[in-house]
Order: sequence, then structure tokens, then C-alpha cells
Amino acid sequence: MTATEVTTPALRATGLTQHYPIRGAGGKKVVHAVDDVSLELWPGQVTAVVGESGSGKSTLARILARLVAPTAGQLWLDGAEVPLSTRRGSRGYRSTVQLILQDPFSSLNPVHTVGYHLARPLRIHRMAERSATDKAVAALLERVKLTPPSQYAGKLPHELSGGQLQRVAIARCLAVQPRVLLADEPVSMLDVSIRLGVLNLLEEICQEERLAVLYVTHDLASARYLATSIMVMYAGQVVESGPALDVVDRPAHPYTQLLLSAAADPERTGPAVLTTRGGAPPSLIDPPTGCRFHLRCPHAMAVCSTDAPPSVDVGGGQHAACWLHAESGTRAGSALPGARPPPQAS
Amino acid sequence: MSALGVEGWPTPATERPVVLEARGLSVDYAGHEGAVRAVHDVDLVLRRGEVLGLAGESGSGKSTLAYAMTRLLRAPGLISGGQVTFHDGRPPEEGGVGSVSLLDAEPDQLRRLRWSEIAIVFQSALHALNPVISIEAQLTDVLAAHHRGATRSERAERAADLLALVGINRDRLRSYPHELSGGMRQRVMIAMALALDPQVVIMDEPTTALDVVTQREILDEITSLRDRLDFSVLFITHDLSLLIELADSIAVMYGGRIVEQGAAKEIYDSPRHPYTVGLVSSFPSMHGARRRLSGIPGSPPDLRNPPPGCAFHPRCPFSDEQCRSQQPALVPVPRLGPETGPGRLAACWHQQEAGVTDELAGVKGGPRR
Repeated sequence: MTATEVTTPALRATGLTQHYPIRGAGGKKVVHAVDDVSLELWPGQVTAVVGESGSGKSTLARILARLVAPTAGQLWLDGAEVPLSTRRGSRGYRSTVQLILQDPFSSLNPVHTVGYHLARPLRIHRMAERSATDKAVAALLERVKLTPPSQYAGKLPHELSGGQLQRVAIARCLAVQPRVLLADEPVSMLDVSIRLGVLNLLEEICQEERLAVLYVTHDLASARYLATSIMVMYAGQVVESGPALDVVDRPAHPYTQLLLSAAADPERTGPAVLTTRGGAPPSLIDPPTGCRFHLRCPHAMAVCSTDAPPSVDVGGGQHAACWLHAESGTRAGSALPGARPPPQAS
Repeated sequence: MSALGVEGWPTPATERPVVLEARGLSVDYAGHEGAVRAVHDVDLVLRRGEVLGLAGESGSGKSTLAYAMTRLLRAPGLISGGQVTFHDGRPPEEGGVGSVSLLDAEPDQLRRLRWSEIAIVFQSALHALNPVISIEAQLTDVLAAHHRGATRSERAERAADLLALVGINRDRLRSYPHELSGGMRQRVMIAMALALDPQVVIMDEPTTALDVVTQREILDEITSLRDRLDFSVLFITHDLSLLIELADSIAVMYGGRIVEQGAAKEIYDSPRHPYTVGLVSSFPSMHGARRRLSGIPGSPPDLRNPPPGCAFHPRCPFSDEQCRSQQPALVPVPRLGPETGPGRLAACWHQQEAGVTDELAGVKGGPRR
């Protein structure tokens, strides 16, 4: 943590909750897309949000980008609270917080050139004089390693490959000199051989421009590769968070363990064995009581089906929302193969 | 899980009988500015009971190759050369048809082979299943078309059995596709493919759109079904890391050609083609210290305007004059050590220089544990 230089997170959120009402249910039923999520994004650090589809990770990114107003929760940008209920000041907010979307083939307008896409934010946010726009565009293209810039500025999206398009999308974000970059699955649509190039670029930008980056992904391996810290989401809630290497190497929450047991790992020596009792992610309209993972959890206890687990510090800044690690979790201990032993009750 | 064992392969893959083979297969797509060659002179051999992985990036020709091999290619795709032969493993008295040249087969003959002997699982189950027809009707439809003799109740019974085979409760028979999860839809697709007990199942990215846990469940299902029913699988994917765990052998495609082929474990442990080396080192590891990986610089080739010589040369750290002018042939890899088994092929001018792999191992970031 860079606490020596920076004492305020670039973006801080507490209690973010997003409930979408269901039409025809008279406002009685809602989809619990995101429930009570808090996070901090620090300059020069990549925070990864890992989860399956429906876990709420993209909704979280959309709330942070202020594309949707959350049902509840608070947001601070550089220590100043951001009003989430109105759209007032959203242009200023967007010049600081930028969003990269998953599919570069559809996030760029097919009838406009690369140069147009990059000049527009420069103009809207008055980042460059009209006469200096071309130069600024060229600098942006160089920044994302699309060189020589003159070869790319005049091209249309269909003339570029997926990796090049995603670089253009990143350059478009950088045009407004943001402090926070929200990347929603930025490489999942790209071919394997060019994913690393884009991930490395994100890392470089994060380091050099001291950007706070949120990396939303379903891929634990790339989160481990890129991120400083990882948050694992399940059914709209954060189930585990902590330093990236610790979360992947010593997962404390059974769901993180399940994700790891399922991930493709060429270095695995035996067959992959899923650590689950089966089942699928729960309905978000009527989520299970207690821990939302208890129906699939191989370690589920009686308390798991009745009470939501607290977030427990398992040491080293790693937190897991799991009764196994709570003081009252009497059966915690050897039940968790490969996991860090739960802290002793003091 | 026999194919995933660490000790080795139960039956050496190269000794099993061949069930489907392509020789010198080429496919063109007709375009406004002339033909684009999507598949170049490909030889591919699928053996009985084997999972053969076909890996490649988008545009590498992997799906085109599979559809050409089954004659499912549609215009503007055109098979411009080569042979595809299906070798029926059943004896003639059980209805075996011997060896059939699929490219010369009459429509009637093809219709008897398709689905009954060569079935396909398509990528997007949501789009491949009919949204307005129940699962049961879609399953029994197949049976009605190919097993004329069976009664309605026999077909319904078989449909239920098929669902049970892929781990879905029979009370889901009346469900419509939208009522099933993505994983269940893909299981239904697999059940449909297996409905007529085929000898070959072609799977085109069957797990790409699924979450990682569901993907693992489907892969386990495929492996156990294969062990029980002994069909062969041609598994197409862009995800080499998946194939290393799933497949017996792997063929890597780049720019419309197979550039490397061999046992899955060998491809991972000692890749010979610089492209495969780059791919293998493009997966961040789940273990050990973090190290910076470089990926592969550049972009996949534009097939409308392919580079001369080896298609990979613009992205290759080893390219020289020969690579820029001459296409390397897919040739056996010289035995460099005990790990190089038979059937190991690579198309690279530099693969025979033993130093190449050591040098690239540096790119991979040191020895693996």
C-alpha cells in the first residue's frame, strides 16, 4: 500500500446496493444485483473483482461509473462525497472516472475513425485546443502503443483487430486524463495471444499515471497476474477480499476454493475435483437466507442457513465472509484443505 | 479420467484405429476481391476413443476445418481440395459401412452418417436449440427422423434416458430452452449429439460462454461419457489451457494451417513452434511468484493478405530470410529427449535447432516446477 504518499483512496464506496424492481410484482420483488459492497481504489493499484456471471461485478462497475444510481450506498471521490441520486456533476465525474467495456467491437462507432473517437473526449472535456487535437490524438495512440499514430488515426474500427480496438478504447479513456479506470472484462473478448499485451498496458498505465484501476474479470489467473488486491463476489455480495497472491494461493472462503478448483490449470498434476456439493448460483430475486453459498458449500453448518456470516479478518489483510472463520465456527479447522487456518479465538 | 492421468496414456494414441481423417484439405471463402484461403492443405487424423483438441485464435480456420470435414460448410465456403474419409468402426453385419469418402458421398449417404455416426455440439446452445419447442420434442425429433421403427413412448423413454445420461432430471423434459441454465442447455446439446450413439462428436467451443465452474462440470461430463461410450471427440477451442487438461492430443492452427501437433502433455511441456511457445506462455500461472509475461506481439494475420512464407513470421522472434519467403512443412519433430513421443509434428524452420526452445524457455520465464 502506498500509504506513505497517498492517504486517501481515489475512489471509496460503502454499502453499495443495487436492487432492480421486477415489473408486475407491484414493487414487492426485486433482483438483488449488488448487496452492501464496500471498496477502496488506491492510486497506482489494480483492484480485481472476480466473479461468475450474475455475481454483480459488472453492476458494481456501472454504479462506480455512475451509469446507474444505486438503491443505497455512498461514494467518495478523492475524499469528497459524490451525490449518487442526481446526475448533476456527472460530466466532471466522468473526466476523473472512466469505464472500459468488454467488447471493443461494439464500444466503438463503426462509422467513425479512430481519430474521431479520440478527438471527441478531448473536445467535450476541453482537454486540448482545437488546433492541438491532432497532436493530442497522436500522443494518445503512442501511449497505447499503436505506432506510428499516423497509420491508425484514419482507420475505421473494422480495419483493426480486437486487441488494437481495445487499445483505442483505453486511449479514449486516457484522453480525459482520468484518475480512476474501471475495466469491465477488458480482455475476455480478445484472443489469448494478445490478452497479455493489453493487460500489461493496463499495468503500465496504472503505474506511470498513478491511476486507480478496477479490473472486473471472471478469470482468477489474470486477476492474480495483474491485481494488487482481489475481491471475490458471489450472488451480489463480496465473499472474500485481500492481497491478490494470498487470495489465490490460500483462499479462505469455500467459494473462492471452488472457483480455483474449477479453473483451467495446466500445472495441475491430478484431475480437477470440484469442491462443491453441486448446484448453481442462487436466484437473486429470492436469495437463500444466511450465507448465499450454503446450498453449494461442502462445509455448510446449521448456522450458515440461518445467519449471514460476518466478514472475518483471517490475517494479512485478507477477509472472508464465512462462519468457518468466525469465532462461533466450532467446526472450523481441518475442514478446509489448503486454506489458511482460521485465527484462534482470543 | 484415464486420458487425464499423469503417468501416461492408457493406449498409445498412435496405435488406436483411425475413425476420421482429412488429407490435404483446403477451404476457400469466395469474396469480392478473390478467394480467401481459410484452411491450407491440412492433414488431420482422429482416432477411436480419442479427444483431439483443435486450438487456434479467431480466424485461424479451426471451425472452418471442422465444418469442411463434415460437409457442413456453407457458401461462400468452398472445399477446394483434399480428401476426408470416415472409417466405420462397426463390422458390416452391424450396419457398418466401411470407409466412406465424405467429400464424394451422395446426399443420401451423408444423411445416414450425420448425427448417427458424426454428431456436432455447437457453440451457442441458446441459439442452437429452438426456443419455442420443448426439450423433449427436440430430442424425440432426432429419434423420429433416424429411428423410424420406434414408437412414440419408446422415443420419449429414450429422450428421458438421454437427459439422465448428461445429469439432468427427467422432469425437465417438458422445459423450454429459456427455462434452463446455460450449463443445462449445453448438456441438452450434448445429449442430442449422443442421441444416436455416434462414433465421432465434434464440439465447437462447447464451454466458451459458460462460467468456470459450469465449464468444469461439462468437461468432466464429456470425459466420463467418452470413457463410457467410447466415441471420439474433435474439440475446437481458442483456449489451449483447457485442452492441456482435457485432450489426448492437440493440433494448433495458425493462419489456416496446422503448425504443431502432438500429445497434449508434450505440447505444454515442450512446445516446438514459436507460436505454441508464445501461447503456452500467455497463461498467467496460478502458482509461485508473479512474473511478467510478454504474450505474443502483433496481431493475427489478415487472411485476405497473408504474409509470404511462414504466416507467423511477422510476430516471431526467430524469423529470418527463409521464414519470410518459404512456407515450412509440418514435419516430425526430431527426438530431442525422452519426452518427444511419436506423432509429434511442427511446421517451423527453426524447430530443429535445439537451442531455439532453450532460448524461448527464457521467454517463458524459466523452468516450470
